[in-house]
Amino acid sequence: MLLSVENLQVSYDNIKALHGISFGIEEGEIVCIIGANGAGKSTTLRAISRLVPAEAGTKMTFMGKDLLGYSADKVVSELGISHVPEGRRLFDNLTVMENLRLATFARRDPERIAADLERVFSIFPRLKERESQKAGTMSGGEQQMLAVGRAFMSGRKIMLLDEPSMGLAPLLMRSVFDSLTEINKEGTTILVVEQNARMALQFAGRGYVLENGGIVLEGGSGALLADPQVKKAYLGG
Amino acid sequence: MAIFLQNLVNSLQWGSFYALIALGYSMVYSILMLFNFAHGDIFMVGGYIGVGVSFGLLALSSSGILAIPNWLILVLTILFSMFLTSFVGMIVERVGYRPLRNAPRASAAITGLMIGIILETGNLILLGARRVSFPSLIETATYDLGGVFVTNKKIMIVAVSLLLTLALHQFIRRTKWGMAMRAMAFDFVAVPLMGVPVNKVIALTFGIGSALAAAAGILFGIAYPVLDPYMGVLFGWKAFVAAILGGRGSILGATLAGFLLGFTEIFVAMIFPSTLRDLIAYSIILLILTFRPHGFFGEPYSARLRL
Repeated sequence: MLLSVENLQVSYDNIKALHGISFGIEEGEIVCIIGANGAGKSTTLRAISRLVPAEAGTKMTFMGKDLLGYSADKVVSELGISHVPEGRRLFDNLTVMENLRLATFARRDPERIAADLERVFSIFPRLKERESQKAGTMSGGEQQMLAVGRAFMSGRKIMLLDEPSMGLAPLLMRSVFDSLTEINKEGTTILVVEQNARMALQFAGRGYVLENGGIVLEGGSGALLADPQVKKAYLGG
Repeated sequence: MAIFLQNLVNSLQWGSFYALIALGYSMVYSILMLFNFAHGDIFMVGGYIGVGVSFGLLALSSSGILAIPNWLILVLTILFSMFLTSFVGMIVERVGYRPLRNAPRASAAITGLMIGIILETGNLILLGARRVSFPSLIETATYDLGGVFVTNKKIMIVAVSLLLTLALHQFIRRTKWGMAMRAMAFDFVAVPLMGVPVNKVIALTFGIGSALAAAAGILFGIAYPVLDPYMGVLFGWKAFVAAILGGRGSILGATLAGFLLGFTEIFVAMIFPSTLRDLIAYSIILLILTFRPHGFFGEPYSARLRL
């Protein structure tokens, strides 16, 4: 198991957001977590990235290492867990190139960085064109490309994506997911959380359904797409 | 005309001190949205460290262990004191501010004021209530430029502060640490996701700000060679005004506003009785802020996300 999460509990101001959820991902997989707004999807990713503290009783390991022993920046720089946060959170005041460079802050392998940069520009040629433009001046689709590119540069044993489809037109959404599939084929494991359940399940191999801070259903994407409960609640009938 | 130019020269020197100190306020504010109210006292500490370092180097030099000319002692004093004072700033951050990172901003402001008092009284305990003189390292040479008198010290002070400001600007524009600072100024929370060690960047920010304040302290000691433990209080507040006037978080703004403050004070003193200098000078500043509350280069309001 590449990433294993057991009994993950998180509270905000004494209100439980996650009631001890457990799941795992094997190397090379694409897994999605679907659920409604407020179900705890973002919190799950934030807990893995160590942006929010997990409560006692939580066990999280990545490649056999105890995740709870790492700070947020070390999760990225030492374990290679990258995170595309909700709403992308680009540094609008930095150029596209600076955004990509910043993601390599802790890396000490200039040759690999140069190669990775080439790869990002070959996956997203638009970013190359916009290289010296401020990130805040780009369109939503281009910003999502940069957010993924930035995660690609920061470390990529696994990529956590929080609602990558948000605010994108269906065609753009499709192309972002196509790029993610490509990145996955080159060895990056992907965990994506999505409100757009249909899109996510078409893209992922397996999925979990999160409701009110607990996992209520899990299975292969095909099975979940066919599940009457999922159909009713998340796929519009 | 000569009087005007003479005052212009004087205010360039006076503004240099404000500008260098204001940079520290602005840098910290842009990243943490917090004013380090101990910063004026770090200017004082920097000046005292400068005195200690220069006397130490002078002793080494006169005993023949390290025979170096006085101008080199001055250069070494500035550099070494900046280095030492940066640690004072980093310790203040580590001990005073880091534990309060998620506390209300008022707690941090009060902590800053308390740290300032601790630095002032600590100095009193350590060195007693007497004034300390800065050693005269370079002979004053005065040049008469058609009725305008310029000293080599004035030229040096203005040149060094401009040089340091320029160096800071380049550091923030071109290095990855500077890039991390700009990123943190925009969205603090997303920065660790880039693998950036946030605490180190914050420590460095405090360190650089304090080093610049130390440079100001030493330059001040060269121009006015008497230091006292409370020299940083009023100076610190005035530099804080410069940081606000420049626009919170703006490097360029802090520099310009520092010099503008210098000009205002000197020119007010040229026209009005000097006892009324601060009253009139800061009434003018207040008037400017009434019409431009966010300063020259600040954003009218911050729309930044802080989750």
